[in-house]
Amino acid sequence: MADPSPSTYSRQVHVPDGFLDASTSVATGAAAVAGLALALRGARRELDDRTAPMAGLVAAFVFATQMINFPVGAGTSGHLLGGVLAAVLVGPWTAVLCISTVLLVQCLLFADGGITALGTNITLMGLVGVGVGWLVLRLIKAVLPDRLASVTPAAALAALVSVPAAALAFTGLYAVGGEAPIPLGSLATAMVGWHTVIGLGEAVITGLVVSAVLAVRPDLVYGARSALTARTLELRPSKRAAA
Amino acid sequence: MGPAHRRRTHVPGRTPVHRAPAHLKLLALLGFMLVVVATPRTAYPAFAAYAAVLVALIVVARVPLGFLLPRMLVEVPFVVFAVLLPFIATGPTTTFLGLTVSEPGLEAAAALLIKATIGVAASLTLAATTEPHELLAGLGRLRLPHEMVQIMAFMIRYVDVVADEMHRMRIARESRGFRGSSIRQWGVLGRTASALFIRSYERGERVHLAMMSRGHDPSGGRS
Repeated sequence: MADPSPSTYSRQVHVPDGFLDASTSVATGAAAVAGLALALRGARRELDDRTAPMAGLVAAFVFATQMINFPVGAGTSGHLLGGVLAAVLVGPWTAVLCISTVLLVQCLLFADGGITALGTNITLMGLVGVGVGWLVLRLIKAVLPDRLASVTPAAALAALVSVPAAALAFTGLYAVGGEAPIPLGSLATAMVGWHTVIGLGEAVITGLVVSAVLAVRPDLVYGARSALTARTLELRPSKRAAA
Repeated sequence: MGPAHRRRTHVPGRTPVHRAPAHLKLLALLGFMLVVVATPRTAYPAFAAYAAVLVALIVVARVPLGFLLPRMLVEVPFVVFAVLLPFIATGPTTTFLGLTVSEPGLEAAAALLIKATIGVAASLTLAATTEPHELLAGLGRLRLPHEMVQIMAFMIRYVDVVADEMHRMRIARESRGFRGSSIRQWGVLGRTASALFIRSYERGERVHLAMMSRGHDPSGGRS
């Protein structure tokens, strides 16, 4: 296994064991199971019998891409979380499966994220992160004209919103099952504020990757399918031949 | 990253912990951690007992500390959070090392550190004593949906291939003089990620076609 060394492993913080109480952990575990069952059905519509190899390879891609350091300056760097990117590229249900698989592997093989917090992590990053991102994407695409050029800004905005949305959901869970008395108002402000900064980075990276894939293989971008089918064949006879 | 940084998640061995069925180990880990998480945060004798059980298990399984300790660094972000906790939490205050801190915050920070550390060490012990393919079989026996097990199997099987591909792209970039030091380089890195996605996706399609041409049944024998 490609085990990222700790120095390059400054990835998003996964909730460990003991951060939320046992009953909240069990409840989010149940939510995660229900969400995964729905995602398995939905992914079959997106990928039919190719689901297992395709989702597996995309999960490996997300895992590897999270290791790319995007330099911010002053020796620090950020990295991609990838939920909205995966949703735009392969569809929301497959993205939920991919992110959940990545979280499962990180938890079981690298102890990144506690096993009792696995449901919490899948709920936050898989269900809320991808779900909110996909809803925002649909909303923006409903407003913008259905063209390939609309996909990149829609994906970037969706990524921008999805990160603080997951942070807000975490604050909500903490209000129910948090183990330390932290004033919730300031926790929410700190979480959403900091994750908006992370979301800005996520938005830029997601936009860059989506636009680069659109430039060479627009047919692989799930979020661009409606724009592609609406596109008609265009004849561009060269001026020299006409003359 | 890349081959130099590829580290094992598994320590081969023939101890009783290694030989125990994977699904039982998974259930034991989940049950053990649920008990640890549900333990009241000031029950220090109970935590000492859990730690003793875990240490005994690590000794029996002969997991070297040189394997365990570097991998335990994944919990560092939470150590930082735990250190801040006594200062941001509310409630009655107390004096600790000459600083005035929140008493419930201090207790919660200690409990978080203890529980998260036990969790990381226990999960790493499971990973060290169970090969990934056994883990997958165990998850299947625990009724994780067949498709989910398959997705995870494909991910584990191909993650090194994809990571190596990324590593080769990085060598190529750097041999052309690329140095990632500021935000201006994000475009190049974004295009690298997009190329990696296209290659991964196309590899997935080739794998699927190769499987189908060898008579693979996507339903896994179920109709």
